[in-house]
Amino acid sequence: MIKFENVYKQYDNGHTVLKNLNLHCKEGEITVFIGPSGCGKTTTMKLINRLIEPTKGKVLVNDVDISTISPVKLRRSIGYVIQHVGLFPHMTIADNVAVVPRLLEWEEDRIQKQVKNLLDMVNLKADTYADRYPSELSGGQQQRIGVIRAFAAEQSIILMDEPFSALDPISREQLQDELIRLQKDIKKTIIFVTHDMDEAIRIADKIVLMRSGKILQEGTPEEILRRPANDFVKNFIGKKRLAQFEAIPESEEVMTRKPVTILPSRGLAESIKIMERKQVDSLMVVDTKDRLQGYITIYDVLQQFKDETKRVGDIMHTFEHVIAPDTLLNQTIELMDEHKLPYVPVVKDDQTLVGLVTRGTIVGHLSDIYSGNEGL
Amino acid sequence: MDYINIFATRWKDLGSAMLEHIIISGAALLLGIIIAVPLGIYLVKTRYTWLRSVAFTITNIFQTIPSLALLAILIPLIGIGKFPAIVALFLYSLLPILRNTYSGFKSIDPSVIEAARGMGYDGRQRLFRIELPLAIPYLMSGIRLTTIYVISWATLATLIGAGGLGELIYGGLSVYDKPLIFASSITTMLLAIVIDLLLASLERLLTRQTTSREQSASS
Ligand SMILES: Nc1ncnc2c1ncn2[C@@H]1O[C@H](COP(=O)(O)OP(=O)(O)O)[C@@H](O)[C@H]1O
Ligand SMILES: [Mg+2]
Repeated sequence: MIKFENVYKQYDNGHTVLKNLNLHCKEGEITVFIGPSGCGKTTTMKLINRLIEPTKGKVLVNDVDISTISPVKLRRSIGYVIQHVGLFPHMTIADNVAVVPRLLEWEEDRIQKQVKNLLDMVNLKADTYADRYPSELSGGQQQRIGVIRAFAAEQSIILMDEPFSALDPISREQLQDELIRLQKDIKKTIIFVTHDMDEAIRIADKIVLMRSGKILQEGTPEEILRRPANDFVKNFIGKKRLAQFEAIPESEEVMTRKPVTILPSRGLAESIKIMERKQVDSLMVVDTKDRLQGYITIYDVLQQFKDETKRVGDIMHTFEHVIAPDTLLNQTIELMDEHKLPYVPVVKDDQTLVGLVTRGTIVGHLSDIYSGNEGL
Repeated sequence: MDYINIFATRWKDLGSAMLEHIIISGAALLLGIIIAVPLGIYLVKTRYTWLRSVAFTITNIFQTIPSLALLAILIPLIGIGKFPAIVALFLYSLLPILRNTYSGFKSIDPSVIEAARGMGYDGRQRLFRIELPLAIPYLMSGIRLTTIYVISWATLATLIGAGGLGELIYGGLSVYDKPLIFASSITTMLLAIVIDLLLASLERLLTRQTTSREQSASS
């Protein structure tokens, strides 16, 4: 866990680069710093391993003020991929990767194994590459080595400064996928700097959008795409991406707003009447304040019908899956598909039932779009 | 024939003159390296930029004084003999070694230095495992160049009574002994060439060692 508390950074030339930075990067998450060039992403990152000292304020790692830890010790405990790769030209690839394990005096056997594993991970054969020098590798290959060097000592915090910027788009996506896959298993706390919004959206648990040394907005990719804080953020995300995102409807637009409901205190005969009148085979059970309690189906009612003492509340089932009004249609469909649901109720935070997404309403919505398109 | 015979008849004189020559140049160089290399490293790292210009200006001045004048000016200060000769040659060697050390360290890609800091090398480890190995080619070429200068300037040292091969050359010149002039000049040239070759192989050895040092260090 990394925390910035009221951090200011002024360089010797008088330029104030960070202005009252407050930030919390959660353990086991990928936090992505993004913003235009010169906005202070690298500076912020280097505060974490004390390559740069704050002018004012504190940086805490796992609740310890890092100004109290020796920089050398701190840095050995934090993986670091620097912006311009920075491999050591006089060392072989294997030795480059092994730098921090050697500084930490690991056993040689363990180091060799680790180097081999890491080279495998980025698809560079150890037999071929281990004994080469950095100048014998392509830019993209060097960048891969720069990345695995940061993982070599299995530190729990990794700083990555534009680690994939020199890669061609295909290798970049490959490494992004690799990082996402790896992160599922190893759950490192990763700080990742990029100026590529697609990259940020793909890998981030949390995006921190910066401009001129200030945080403009932070949140999950979803939150930022959905609710850009201002025009600058919108511009930065790009119209195209926003449009793409806006094109996916929210469940609110797809649902029926008049699901057929019943109070839990009603009798079974009454429920059959309602189903008959509305031509449905199940009813949403809500309390007097419209809060969703569960549902009943025609089969349940018919099975228990003989027992006159039974009320709707006695035979209802509760829902395992509900969605929010702003859940995206693609997620809704995924959910319905995965759990074989004929419909999902849409509820607000306070459990108030606002609608129902059914297969029918989805088809209706899509046919609206397509017939609308044909008209154009 | 005389040109060959002279080596047979005067080999003792030639040998001892050469030894003196080596001692004078070697001592001057060694002093130069001991002072100029650390100074060069310090100048790269220091925050006080004015120190840099002061150091380069002073060493530059030594370099521009004509060699004979420098030798002469040392006589009233520290007399004659080997010691003032060594001091003069040492002052000469400072600038080229200093300049090459400085540019060797300056030539290192800043991102490499930053990577080294970021990985957690402490200052001393960074100096010996990263910076010095990377600066060695510059450093060695500075030292080689300086060595050749110093060996040739050392022939002047005889003028303040320091001996060396210069003594035989000037001796030969003063009585116009052509074989002797020939033999002593050839010896000086050969000395310079052989030493340069030795330094060249040392340079190769050093760069190879530094590239494999990391491997052997912990195995
Ligand atoms: N050592 C330094 N001295 C003075 N200014 C610097 C230094 N390093 C960076 N800056 C300035 O600080 C600002 C932020 O730099 P940086 O953090 O590298 O930005 P980013 O990584 O977002 O591109 C830039 O305006 C840059 O010029
Ligand atoms: Mg940067």
